[in-house]
Amino acid sequence: MLDRLVRTTAAAGISRRGFLIASACTGAVFAFTRDAFGVDNPAAVAQSGAFEPTIWYQIDPQGIVTVNVTRAEMGQHVGTALARIVSDELEADWSTVRINHVDSNPKWGLMVTGGSWSVWQSFDMLSRAGAAGRLALIAAGAKILGADPAACAARAGKVHAGSKSVSYRDVVRHGGLSASYSAEQLTAMPIKKAADRRQIGVDTRAIDIPDKTDGKAVYGFDAKVEGMVYAAPKIPPTRNGSTVLSVDDSRAKGAPGYAGHLVLDDPSNSVPGWVLVFADSTYNAFRAAERVAVTWQSDDTANVSEDDVFAFGQKQIESGEAGSLVVADDGVDDAFKGAAHALEATYKTASVLHFQLEPVNALALQKDGIWQIHTGNQWQSLELPVLARALGVDETKIVMVTYLIGGGFGRRLNGDYAVPAALAAKALGKPVKLILTRADDARFDSFRSPSIQKVRMAFDAAGKVAAMDHAASAGWPTQVMIPALLAKGKNGAPYDPFAIAGADHWYTVGAQRVRALSNTLANRAFRPGWLRSVGPGWTNWALESFIDEAAHSRKTDPVAFRLKLLDAAGRNGGDSPSTVGGAMRQAAVVKRAAEKGSWGTTLPPDTGLGLATSFGQERDMPTWIACVARVHVDRTTGFVKLEKLTLVVDAGTLVHPDGALAQVQGAALWGASITLHEGTRFVRGAVADTNLDTYTPLRMGDVPEIDIEFIASTQMPVGLGEPATTVVGPAIGNAIYNAVGVRLRDLPIRAADVKDGLKS
Amino acid sequence: MTTFTLNGKTLSAEVPDDMPLLWVIRETANLTGTKFGCGIGLCGACTVHVEGRATRSCITPVSLVAGAAITTIEGLSSDNSHPLQKAWVACQVPQCGYCQSGQIMQAAAMLKDIAQPSDADIDGVMSGNLCRCMAYVRIRRAIKIAALELHAGVAAPGAIDLPAAPPAVEADPHA
Repeated sequence: MLDRLVRTTAAAGISRRGFLIASACTGAVFAFTRDAFGVDNPAAVAQSGAFEPTIWYQIDPQGIVTVNVTRAEMGQHVGTALARIVSDELEADWSTVRINHVDSNPKWGLMVTGGSWSVWQSFDMLSRAGAAGRLALIAAGAKILGADPAACAARAGKVHAGSKSVSYRDVVRHGGLSASYSAEQLTAMPIKKAADRRQIGVDTRAIDIPDKTDGKAVYGFDAKVEGMVYAAPKIPPTRNGSTVLSVDDSRAKGAPGYAGHLVLDDPSNSVPGWVLVFADSTYNAFRAAERVAVTWQSDDTANVSEDDVFAFGQKQIESGEAGSLVVADDGVDDAFKGAAHALEATYKTASVLHFQLEPVNALALQKDGIWQIHTGNQWQSLELPVLARALGVDETKIVMVTYLIGGGFGRRLNGDYAVPAALAAKALGKPVKLILTRADDARFDSFRSPSIQKVRMAFDAAGKVAAMDHAASAGWPTQVMIPALLAKGKNGAPYDPFAIAGADHWYTVGAQRVRALSNTLANRAFRPGWLRSVGPGWTNWALESFIDEAAHSRKTDPVAFRLKLLDAAGRNGGDSPSTVGGAMRQAAVVKRAAEKGSWGTTLPPDTGLGLATSFGQERDMPTWIACVARVHVDRTTGFVKLEKLTLVVDAGTLVHPDGALAQVQGAALWGASITLHEGTRFVRGAVADTNLDTYTPLRMGDVPEIDIEFIASTQMPVGLGEPATTVVGPAIGNAIYNAVGVRLRDLPIRAADVKDGLKS
Repeated sequence: MTTFTLNGKTLSAEVPDDMPLLWVIRETANLTGTKFGCGIGLCGACTVHVEGRATRSCITPVSLVAGAAITTIEGLSSDNSHPLQKAWVACQVPQCGYCQSGQIMQAAAMLKDIAQPSDADIDGVMSGNLCRCMAYVRIRRAIKIAALELHAGVAAPGAIDLPAAPPAVEADPHA
């Protein structure tokens, strides 16, 4: 998927570039260049910029190694992980390594932080860039030491030749570093064997953490410039299709600090129907906005509610709408016709808010002909063209200035919140700081679409699984926000790969069909968003609940049933460095989780274990994961107490193991929160819950015992930010069934639903 | 105008009486470590100390703290050396970090009231602070480690069921 993203995005990747190393007045630079140019004089290139070298890291005359990071920091400690990859191959002294989160610029290539891709996508490139630097430093150090480079080795920021050594700092000060590699040479650059790694896989403290414990960390919310105007929005009653009829600010006049309002005219259509209210401080802007009354004309989406979205999706599924066939084996229908036994079930998931704690915000200003957009963002390469349309300027005239992100979870992949600040700054000719209240943030959220799915399975006379059919309807964020990224199904119809991933699982089930349906009512009624794990957050709810139902229907142990299907046959065998081992690795985490989670032991009354497993995000980057949940159900109230989560993860090589653990801890609790604590409903054009009075994520007192184990591996590192969110929900659902025999097919799970199930 | 003491310095703010303390701290005093999350006192990101008591600054009108001593995360220590701050780093607690000023200020007030908080104490007091990244496991561990340091020698060995030790880390100048 990421390959497609790189190919289809205007900002080309850097994957086909060469690499050069040169001394410069600021020390030494290590840079990617356009490919195909023979670089005879790297130093001249570095100084002239003729071939647009993109400096990926540099070493200054004090020996400080600064690694430029193009990924957003939103709690995953991504800079630390990426710098460790460079540092290990470079043989740098980690204490000299710093990170620099860069602002947007086409030279960095694709800037996106999502999909749990960052380490996976950067690993190879950064390893080779580090290795190339090490070779150049060894060559230059050998000269200084009067030694044969072949007899030299680098370690902890020094070049050693026998008992003599010279530090990287002194090599850099000496000057004369010069090397260049074509793209082919860089690709052929040998990187370390796993056994030789000294930093990757070894824990270190995350570089971003200390500033997050004493108030020094600066988020977009904190960005401030002299003379800026504060703005708060009036959010229209519907996400799309509302137009402003009139604005009455008579009650705001005389309010402290009130400085007028603006009906936005937005050529990018990011914020149709918005009105901004201006004041001299955030609070005064909030208060003035309460006193400004706007009348809107809305379209029919003002009458759309959650159940309408479900009904629309159900009709798509039942009417046999072709949709896009993501998996389309021959013989599915025949297998069902000839089945000795068949099973089907329908699953639903309700709307979920991102509720990132830092409400969306942006500061926009124009300086020296360049628009500066100060805001935390996860996908600058997506938002820059949108801002260009909104402002009517070329993308090269806009810079998105990077800040720490106070929670991303996919909300800030969609940078729509930058547009109103930019439009207002243009209209006012002054810097404008837009801040949303919590309730406005919720109303403007690109929340997770409701989904409805139907899963069927056919068994032959011998009791073997003969076919499986999975149809899913949901809002498609990619179709709404970047249709160029839609993939093409086997029937030629486009589909949102992020909204169906997970259904294309690694179980061997005979003839398989996966049908992806775009819920166009959802797409119209709101702006569906990418929310932590996106599709796998709902496809695995259906799939892993269904697999359990199928096992029980055959009176088979659900773990044994899964292991039988995870046979790594055919396409499930794995065929790339990222997928090597295929379903055998998924089987291994299932077995280990069952063992650690005490699968099969006798439990107290109304207590049950449930298991679920997934491959995380996408088939080409599988993170193998399994979870055992232990729950106790109160039969009187229907209350589900989550007692314990046991998770086993095979994510290949762990670059920053403690960071990996933190991601799985947080993602697992996200999964629990979405299952038992969160969830809202779309009601007449807007979400029903907009603040913590009624939207209630998991809190400290709800945290179960958690046991997490990583499979030791030296395989390709894959993603960790999202996978654990995908398995906890179905593990809980399956555990409830095993505790009290109630099968729940809708997320979130509420005590009332369990109670109803116990009655029937 | 309201006058109060902020991190030991006198501050006189020419703002409306009903402006929440949070915005005076952030936009008048320019101390941005205290965060805005929900605006209704339910997430805890805005927690500061008013006369030593944990207080939600987003729902506290500034006029109510006239003459009071306010401490924010910036005033908890001058060099990130409060036992909670050290434990927060040692346990690598923060992810996005946005709630952590409030978490630390809430925990600091708790440890003054309850020297050796039990798990139930931590659940009871800290459940008012939302961590959207859900770093709760580490928050709990860091509080227990800080409590041990603050009251070294008070606890009988084994009195607290500490989770596994924080992961070993290299000597690290970023710490």
